[in-house]
Amino acid sequence: MKSREAIFANIRKSLRTGGEDGKRRETVAARIEKHPRGIIPARGQKADRERLEVFRQTVEDAKASIVILGNKDDVPAAVAAYLRSKNLPQSVRHGEDERLSLIPWAKERTLEVTKGASDGAQLASVSYSFAAVAESGTLVMLSGADNPTTLNFLPDHHLVVVDEKDIAGDYESVWDRIRERLGANKMPRVVNWITGPSRSGDIEQTHLLGAHGPRSLHVLVVRSS
Amino acid sequence: MTQTVNSPHFKENARKALDDVFLQQALARSEKGFIERRKAAVEKLPEYDALRDSARDLKDHILAHLDLYLEVYEKNVIASGGHVHWATTAEEANEIILGICQRLNAKTVAKGKSMISEETGLNAYLKKHGIRPIETDLGEYIIQLRGETPSHLIAPALHVTKEQIEADFRRAHTGLPPERNLDEPTSLLAEARAMLREKFLAADVGITGANFLIAETGSSVIVTNEGNGDLTQTLAKAHIVISSIEKVVPTREDAATFLRLLARTASGLDLSVYTTFSTGARRAGDPDGPLEYHVVLLDNGRSNMLGGKFQDMLRCIRCGACMNHCPVFHAVGGHAYGWVYPGPMGAVLTPSLVGVEKGGQLPNASTFCGRCEEVCPVRIPLPKLMRNWREREFELHLQPAAARYGLGLWAAFARRPAIYRATTSLAMKFLRLFGGKGRFRALPLAGGWTRHRDFPAPQGETFQSLWRKRSQKR
Repeated sequence: MKSREAIFANIRKSLRTGGEDGKRRETVAARIEKHPRGIIPARGQKADRERLEVFRQTVEDAKASIVILGNKDDVPAAVAAYLRSKNLPQSVRHGEDERLSLIPWAKERTLEVTKGASDGAQLASVSYSFAAVAESGTLVMLSGADNPTTLNFLPDHHLVVVDEKDIAGDYESVWDRIRERLGANKMPRVVNWITGPSRSGDIEQTHLLGAHGPRSLHVLVVRSS
Repeated sequence: MTQTVNSPHFKENARKALDDVFLQQALARSEKGFIERRKAAVEKLPEYDALRDSARDLKDHILAHLDLYLEVYEKNVIASGGHVHWATTAEEANEIILGICQRLNAKTVAKGKSMISEETGLNAYLKKHGIRPIETDLGEYIIQLRGETPSHLIAPALHVTKEQIEADFRRAHTGLPPERNLDEPTSLLAEARAMLREKFLAADVGITGANFLIAETGSSVIVTNEGNGDLTQTLAKAHIVISSIEKVVPTREDAATFLRLLARTASGLDLSVYTTFSTGARRAGDPDGPLEYHVVLLDNGRSNMLGGKFQDMLRCIRCGACMNHCPVFHAVGGHAYGWVYPGPMGAVLTPSLVGVEKGGQLPNASTFCGRCEEVCPVRIPLPKLMRNWREREFELHLQPAAARYGLGLWAAFARRPAIYRATTSLAMKFLRLFGGKGRFRALPLAGGWTRHRDFPAPQGETFQSLWRKRSQKR
């Protein structure tokens, strides 16, 4: 505790303030409470179908692949086709997300679907994203019982389903949705923004895909009916 | 046990760096890529400059209310089940982290990239106490194998060539077949991935830095392209964040403003691949994640910088753009700067944190070309701050005698315009006579200068005589 007091005392000394200055406190409390938005790039600010097109482009710019599906029932075939195209076994793992349970996996008779977190042994995982951001092709994943964080990072191939209606133009809209769901200043243990597959530029500054996280990222957008 | 300060030897370090063939190869390769990638990313975002202005103003607002935002941040970390530890010095930060590791009986610690942990010399400290730290960022892993420190903020192994990495891997990864082919960068990456995967799964504690701390929610934010920071914090029993006090931002919206600038300026991506907001430990019902969450907040001299001449430096978000665009950095690399932070930002921050007596050489290592300030995402006036340090160094009589007398001599000379004009014009004629339209590869008494660069032969007249003629014409 001694260090805590010393640090605060020194900050206040340098700033020449007593710390109990009411106006400063009001300013800080107001900013936290109102959380004003900064400058939001125009790039993602488009109406529905156009926004989906921006998202498709930014996802591809981030070196992920993307398919747009008519409805949820098309997911199993799209997952099977992806695995086949990468010469992978017909096997995926996903969490307890109800939206994933409602997908008719049995339609793909050879596709093996297991549930739970990853221990590093799985080659491909499927997650359902909470939201996405058109501005940068970013998926927003919340941790919890439904979509284990390890499924985002350990398998070589990460397949992510996102509903078209959940594709926002900007990050700020997604923060508001998280506030709506969890309360004013609450967060799940982890929010993962994922923009493309894992990569590294540490060997002679050339960007190589497949560092520690997934080597490839495949996005499946389910259109709103 | 903080990181040793080798900055007083900048000149010797620079001389060695200029003679280092591998380093010069590595530096030559990296320069263009960084500059072009940033330029392309910035051109794609019309709002970039407006974002920079607002980021500068926002940082100034935060620094003016730093005590209060830290209070809110601390309250929200605790409310979400995390622990906050305060450290005035590097030693204290190390002791706190060691205490947590020992309580958990940790044998190995996985580490995400953290410059603050470089500042405290954490790896050496943990090792001394029997705990094995394993760096997991590929660049950091490479330099850990080599027993080196990072030479760049975001590209710690910038100074290493592919061939050197191959040799390091063959030396360190002894269990693998010696005849394996490691010619391609992709095979080096795959080998590191496999080696480190085992380490992630075995580590007891995960330590990461933080790019930002969000007061509103008590969250810490890291950005990585590799995903190593995520495996580090997700798979271990405890996640320890080591950060410094000026990283706090008010809200999630404010974090978004800085995130829009950080990756673009650093590496030319719209956003880093993984941006991770961590808030507390594993919750009831979570199938994975760490069981404990700790934040160690380091001051280490930063609170002294507030309210003074160097406060602007605390706006820095560690993107590395200033060094990517610095002609001095590109000639000598990061290690020559002799402490944790290289390039222009290091030249300002190092004397602030370790003292001008030890760091005062660094602000002299600048041509004052101004590119660093031009590309800074939070508009830090780096040349001005370096000039402040030079003045401070002069006032304190810390410069070497030769520089002091040289300046004195020049000043005496410059105060006598007639002699100054006559001598400079004579010198010019002389140089022109021998240099013609070309450049000097060597000059008597200036060997130190011409050894690593050519001296251009003067063309035309002196500036003063040109100026005079031009004024007469008007």
